[in-house]
Amino acid sequence: MEKELRLMKGNEAVAEAAIRAGADGYFGYPITPQSEILEYLMEASPWKTTGMVVLQAESEIAAINMVYGGAACGKKVLTTSSSPGISLKQEGITYIAGAELPCLIVNVVRGGPGLGTIQPAQSDYFQAVKGGGHGDYHLIVLAPASVQEMADFVGLGFDLAFKYRNPAMILSDGAIGQMMEKVWLSPQQERSKSVPAWATTGKPSTRKRNIITSLDLDPNAQEVFNQKLIAKYNEIKEKEVRYEELRCDDAEYLFVAYGTSARVCMKSVQLARAQGIKVGLLRPITLYPYPSKRLNQLADRVKVMISVEMSAGQMIEDVLLSVNGKVPVHHFGRMGGIVTNPEEVVENLKSKIIGG
Amino acid sequence: MTEEIIIAGFGGQGVLSMGKIMAYSGVMQDMEVSWMPSYGPEMRGGTANVIVIISSERISSPIIKHFDTGIILNQQSLDKFESSVKPGGVLIYDSNGITRHPERKDITIYRVDAAEEAGKMNSPKTFNMIVLGGFLKVKPIIKMENVIKGLKKSLPERYHNLIPMNEKALQKGLEIVKKV
Repeated sequence: MEKELRLMKGNEAVAEAAIRAGADGYFGYPITPQSEILEYLMEASPWKTTGMVVLQAESEIAAINMVYGGAACGKKVLTTSSSPGISLKQEGITYIAGAELPCLIVNVVRGGPGLGTIQPAQSDYFQAVKGGGHGDYHLIVLAPASVQEMADFVGLGFDLAFKYRNPAMILSDGAIGQMMEKVWLSPQQERSKSVPAWATTGKPSTRKRNIITSLDLDPNAQEVFNQKLIAKYNEIKEKEVRYEELRCDDAEYLFVAYGTSARVCMKSVQLARAQGIKVGLLRPITLYPYPSKRLNQLADRVKVMISVEMSAGQMIEDVLLSVNGKVPVHHFGRMGGIVTNPEEVVENLKSKIIGG
Repeated sequence: MTEEIIIAGFGGQGVLSMGKIMAYSGVMQDMEVSWMPSYGPEMRGGTANVIVIISSERISSPIIKHFDTGIILNQQSLDKFESSVKPGGVLIYDSNGITRHPERKDITIYRVDAAEEAGKMNSPKTFNMIVLGGFLKVKPIIKMENVIKGLKKSLPERYHNLIPMNEKALQKGLEIVKKV
């Protein structure tokens, strides 16, 4: 089957891609700027075609616990929300990570803290990549920079989640959620007829009971489990790092940016290059695992790195850890729902870094 | 070829849908496109605007500060975006309700009195298609056949009976746009 071309909002692309990926269930609660996901799914009514369940829960907390239940049964399930809603889901997310269950969570980030603003931001980076809820755990975090990637990362997110029995998150933002671009949609995949061996689907006489829990009152056993998680995260760090480079070969200055900020920086690279400034861009596609090795290599070649993010400076900490003091690292960004523009990024590079 | 456009006016003037039709027309011509709305509180009663980029190459930033073409449909938007048109660029505006007309000398200014014309045609809803016609006359970057295809793609099927009226409006825009 051929791919289908559409013009879609990032939010709509997530919804359509979830149906086409053969998802079994979506559980969500509306919040700007991602309500189009639930609206699109309701309009598309996949329960009539693929049999996918779409349910507007009574709250975000209910939605994530429905995801927990669906995932425990071995089903392909997802939820989506925006920053304040994702904070509400954190208890469920740490339980899902602790129970080693696969699921997909999409955060279309808006400005914070608190209710903040409904405009785009990247201020949930720490929450997404460092855990978010309590306990030692990580999500696999994918950062789309286009509507195409909003669609593609639904399938990828599910694949990685099931491969590692770990929740995966798409960390997007209000700009990518709301903008329209061309998107090539994959053909409809059938919903899986089988479930993984660990799923709790009723005990047959042929095997032992499957238990899904995040509780172990024996500290020794809990530590063994923690070590197992660390081994899993190390394997993820080894095998699943993804990033894109733009004009890094001869770069003296390097922007590090993901999502919307990366798109802005792509233009900043063009503008600065036109003025004879040798600048490149490294765009992390996975935020966890982070492309630390590659940044450390690039630190041998560039003079300065600039972490460009729509936050007070969060990803900069991972850039600093990656380069481990080899080169200075600066932060540039706007907050409060303001998306930085390409000229502003170049102006900052010229006045504060090259001239500063 | 890259054309960076801002369309700005009141919410309800069809600013966002004009942008969407433009973007879909670009898709029909096998171009790369992006459509970046200013949404949220601004949409509820105040000004609405959308950045549309149509390009033969991969589009870098969908959010930009300077534009090849500004399509301006009210005074507030004119005040806000006149200075955002690149030197040598184009500004197209509807003079309806405009008290301070555009003043820049380093850009080419066109007028398309679409509100007046839509009134005459007795179809106020085709206002934005008249404006789009004006744009296509000034910047013929998309073939009319692809615009019609884009229109079909953007409109739900139950409204396809309105396509001939929209085509007429596009033609009217081509006729009435004039250099200031």
